[in-house]
Amino acid sequence: MPRPPFEILEHTADVGIVAHGGSLAELFANAATGMFAIMSELDGVRQTEERRIEVEARDHEGLMVRWLTELLYYLDAEELLFSRFIVEEVSETRLRARAFGERIEAERHRLHFGVKAVTRHMLEVTPEDSGYRAQVLFDI
Amino acid sequence: MAVKWRETLEKIDDQRWLLPKEYKPGMRVPGLVFASEKMLGVIGLDQALEQVANVAFLPGIVNYSMAMPDIHWGYGFPIGGVAAMRVEDGVISPGGVGFDINCGTRVMRTSLREDEVRPHLKDLVNQIFRDIPAGIGGSGLVTVSMKEMDEVMVKGVRWALEQGYGWPEDVDAVEGGGALKDANTDKVSKRAKQRGAPQLGTLGSGNHFLEIQVIDEVYDGEKAETMGIEGPGQVMVFIHCGSRGLGHQTCQDYLDVMEEAASKYKIQLPDKQLACAPIGSKEGQDYLGAMTAAANFAFCNRQLISHWTRQAFQRVLGRDAREELGMHLVYDVAHNIAKIEQHRVNGKEMTVCVHRKGATRAFPPGHPDVPKRYQQTGQPVLVPGDMARYSYICAGTEQAMSETWGSSAHGAGRTQSRHAAKRMLKGVDVAQRLAQRGIYVRAQNRGLLAEEASEAYKDVAEVVDVLDEAGIAGKVARMRPMGVVKG
Repeated sequence: MPRPPFEILEHTADVGIVAHGGSLAELFANAATGMFAIMSELDGVRQTEERRIEVEARDHEGLMVRWLTELLYYLDAEELLFSRFIVEEVSETRLRARAFGERIEAERHRLHFGVKAVTRHMLEVTPEDSGYRAQVLFDI
Repeated sequence: MAVKWRETLEKIDDQRWLLPKEYKPGMRVPGLVFASEKMLGVIGLDQALEQVANVAFLPGIVNYSMAMPDIHWGYGFPIGGVAAMRVEDGVISPGGVGFDINCGTRVMRTSLREDEVRPHLKDLVNQIFRDIPAGIGGSGLVTVSMKEMDEVMVKGVRWALEQGYGWPEDVDAVEGGGALKDANTDKVSKRAKQRGAPQLGTLGSGNHFLEIQVIDEVYDGEKAETMGIEGPGQVMVFIHCGSRGLGHQTCQDYLDVMEEAASKYKIQLPDKQLACAPIGSKEGQDYLGAMTAAANFAFCNRQLISHWTRQAFQRVLGRDAREELGMHLVYDVAHNIAKIEQHRVNGKEMTVCVHRKGATRAFPPGHPDVPKRYQQTGQPVLVPGDMARYSYICAGTEQAMSETWGSSAHGAGRTQSRHAAKRMLKGVDVAQRLAQRGIYVRAQNRGLLAEEASEAYKDVAEVVDVLDEAGIAGKVARMRPMGVVKG
């Protein structure tokens, strides 16, 4: 059975995700989809806006925090809800990607609750059979 | 990880439990947990007590790594954690403040009686829901430039007053006068300012709320009177929110800085999330300045929300908010913050950095930082519960000052994950269930109310009883909700 791109992780105070990907690029894209799926139903989110994102960090875990935090920046600063991600390049320390979505419309989008921050608690980006796995907890 | 906490903790008395220094090599001081025996069962279920032990590793920590009775698992520090570090050789840690810098609460009184408000309750809640953005998205009613953001972060509540959002006397009823000194906006990233700017005057989501409540019990008539509380049946307003994306990003930025600082200054940490730097170091001072700036934004945020709440009452009831409705601010207190304070340790004055991560300040009567009007009562301590039961107003005590760095609990604390709560309440219309109890609720997403239902929280009454019995806050009054706005 194919692995789901991401699963929701339960936690007493907050929520997290476990994401999978055949490649690192797919893993980072799936983690982003997972984070936005916590905040909203993504079916109805049109892809009329695009943002190019580049982040650097010391390792894959750091890159994951920076990448997802950068997406939260657009959510807060520009009210952009993303639903699709193309990770064009990802190395140990650098990620370049495009995120697609649209401005939030509270009447049309089925919103859940906001993610405040990407935490380092139980944070993992590890290889697994036929790809990669990431675990990320969010402060909500 | 099945630590048998009941056997590890040493009972001091019915509200105090000692986590001995020997529990984990590296602890510089013991842990001190405020809880009833009954609550310990719940507290021991997650990693919170392990986190109390971890905080005790931090350099310069004085006396104890403390936990309030609403303690639950957090990021690095437990939520409900209190720790003071000596300024000379201690550290400051963003994990000891949290992502939502100066998340806090504020209570306004009114001169209204429940039966006067009941017929207008839906209109009132709907008006507030329209005027004060809650949930994801939804910019505030004010637009601020980057230059104005800097002013907000320095002036806090005073900025709001200059723009006409509030009354001059509001300033006295806010911790630190609503503008903490030594905010350094140069140390706040542009990214953080851009995240916060559209969100000034918004509630946010998660457990943040605005409630119209009714006093249903008064425990200390004299103190209550000083706080503008007349007695059961009086309508109050309770607000819970923080510094929004500005604080979240500032914390995130400094977690990176501190991770490097911790290795630079060779600080041994049992958990990377406790990353910290010496208080006097450049990294420590930068964080202190940035965190204080974000804290002032949060005070201003709650001030704007109060202003629009007053306006909503005025519009719906057709009476003047000040002269006729008497909607004065009782108090506004932070519960995610670190502050440089003077305390007495073994009879000597000491300057410490008090981290309150999910804990409120609870200064005693007579303390110079307590507003003049509360010099006899002690500082009001606001302890919100869940949206179906009740919230409390307490007062700070001398015992808190001498034992817990003038700190007390901040709320109920979750016991169930959001998913577990949703599963448990599957098929239950929480809004309708609340309506049957006379509570009208508006939320961005009704389906999410189950996640914030009473079942997911500890009973705040148990928390407050421990505070009261331990003497680290005295009960003044209890309120129950009648109107709820959630993100």
